[in-house]
Amino acid sequence: MPEQMQRAPSPQRLAYLRAGRNRRRTIHTVQILLLAVLFGLWELSARLGWSDAFLVSCPSRIAATFGNLCRSGDLWLHIGTSCYETVVGFTLGTLLGTLVAVGMWWSDFVSRVLDPYLVVRNALPKTALGPIFIVWMGAGTGSIIVMTLAISLIVTILNMYMGFTSTDRNKIQLMRTLGATRSQILWMLVFPSNYPTLFNTLKVNVGLSWVGVIMGEFLVSKAGLGYLIVYGSQVFNMDLVMTSVLILAVAAVVMYQFVLWLEKILNKHWGVIL
Amino acid sequence: MGMIIDLRHVALTYQSPDGEVEALRDVSFSMEEGEFCSIVGPSGCGKSTTLSLIAGLEKLSSGSISIDGEAVSAPSPKIGLMPQRDQLFEWKNIWDNVTLGLAIRHQNTPEQQAHVRELLERYGLLGFARKRPGQLSGGMRQRCALIRTLATNPRILLLDEPFSALDYQTRLSVSADIYRIIRQEHKTALLVTHDIAEAISMSDRVITLSGRPATVKAIHDMGELRTLSPLARRDTPEFHTFFNAIWKELDINA
Repeated sequence: MPEQMQRAPSPQRLAYLRAGRNRRRTIHTVQILLLAVLFGLWELSARLGWSDAFLVSCPSRIAATFGNLCRSGDLWLHIGTSCYETVVGFTLGTLLGTLVAVGMWWSDFVSRVLDPYLVVRNALPKTALGPIFIVWMGAGTGSIIVMTLAISLIVTILNMYMGFTSTDRNKIQLMRTLGATRSQILWMLVFPSNYPTLFNTLKVNVGLSWVGVIMGEFLVSKAGLGYLIVYGSQVFNMDLVMTSVLILAVAAVVMYQFVLWLEKILNKHWGVIL
Repeated sequence: MGMIIDLRHVALTYQSPDGEVEALRDVSFSMEEGEFCSIVGPSGCGKSTTLSLIAGLEKLSSGSISIDGEAVSAPSPKIGLMPQRDQLFEWKNIWDNVTLGLAIRHQNTPEQQAHVRELLERYGLLGFARKRPGQLSGGMRQRCALIRTLATNPRILLLDEPFSALDYQTRLSVSADIYRIIRQEHKTALLVTHDIAEAISMSDRVITLSGRPATVKAIHDMGELRTLSPLARRDTPEFHTFFNAIWKELDINA
C-alpha cells in the first residue's frame, strides 16, 4: 500500500479528484445561495408588503431582536438554561437507559417481566405525563429534565437491549470456553461490539432530549428557548418567536455535531469499526 | 492407557413450549491423548451440539462425558474451542485478540506473554501483532484464532467447522496449515465438519453420526493414511474408498 501512495498519481486520478472537489464546491455554493435566496425573499416580501411582517417577521427584525437579546444579557441565560437541561436529560437518559438494558440483558426473567411495561410506556404519548411531573416536582428545571427523561429513556432501553441481545452467540460461547464470567462477557464483548448501537442511540437521543426540553419549557418555565417561544407567541411578538426558533436550530445542530465529533474521536482512539 | 475424552451413552433432549426435541441418543465414543478425530454427519444432526456438551457449554440429559477421568460440568481450562469462522474481535488488534483468554483468566504474565509471542513468531504472525483482524487474510486470521486457543495451553482442541467461511482453495491450504500446527503442539483435537474430504484428510479416525436424533453410526480408522499429510492423503486410492463409504452412510439419512 505505501508504494502505491508514493507513486505520482496518474492524470486520470488527478482529473477524478478535481471533478470530486468541483462537485463538492458546487453543492456548497448552491446550498448557501438557496439560504440567501430564501432569506432575501422573506425580507423582500416583508418590505414590499406582500406579507405581514407582524405575523411572519423578517430577517432584519430577527437580527434586531437578536441584538437586543445580546445586549440585555438575557440571551445567554435562555440558551444556557435550555442547553443545561438538554445535556443533563440526555446524559441521564443514556446512562439510565443503558443501565436498565444491562439489567435486562443480564436476566432474561427481568426482561420478560419488564416487557409489557415498556410496550405501554413506549406507546403512551409522553407529553401526557408533563402535568404530573409539574405537580410532583414543582415548576422548574427538575420537571423539565424528568420530562426529557420520560421521552428519551424508553427508546434508549429498547435500542440498547436489542443491540445487547444480538451479540454474536459464537463469540459468547468462545468467551465462555475461555472461562469468562458474565461481567467479563459484558465488558469485553457486549459493550465494545455495541459501540455502533450506542452512538446511533446517542444521535436519536440528542433530538429527543430537545423535544423533551422544549415541551417541558412550554408547560412550565421561567427561562429557556422554549420559554421565549411561548412568551413571544403570547405577547404576539413573532420576532422573538422566530429568533428563538433559529437559535434553537443552531443549538440543536451544534449538539448533534458534537456527538458526531465524539464518535469520530473515540473511533480513532479505540479503532472501533463502525 | 486412559482415554482423555470419553462419552458414554450421551443423550440430549431439548424442552421447549412446542414439545420435546431429541437431539442426541446414545452417543458413545472415546479418544486417546494426541489423537485427531472428526465428526461428520448430515446437517443439523447435532454435531455442534456434541461439541458444546464436551466443552461444558450445555448440560446433557443422560449418560456421561468425562475429560481426563473427570465428569464435565462447566467449561474447563483443559479444553480450547475454535469456533465457526474465526470470531476475532474487530475492535482489538491481533495481540489483544490472541491474549484474550489470558486476560479473561488474569494470567497475562510475562511468562505467558513470552509463550504467545513464541507461537506468533513460530507461525509467522509476530509482525502483525499490532494490526487489526480486518487487515489480515482469511488464512492468517484462522491461524490467529488457533493461537488464541493455544495461548491458554489447553490439552484438547475442539474445532467447530472452523473453515466453513473460507473459499475452497484457501480451505485446503488453511486446513493443512492448522493440521500441522496442531500436530506440532501435540494436542488432542476433535473436529466437527460437514466436509467428508476434510475429515478424511485431517483425522486419525472419522466418526459418522446419523440424522436427528444423532447416534454414532460408524467409526472409521484411517489406518495407513495417518502418517500422511492432509494434501498427500487426497491423492491415495484409500482416500476415495473412505470417501465413498462415508458418503453412502450419510446419504441414507439425507
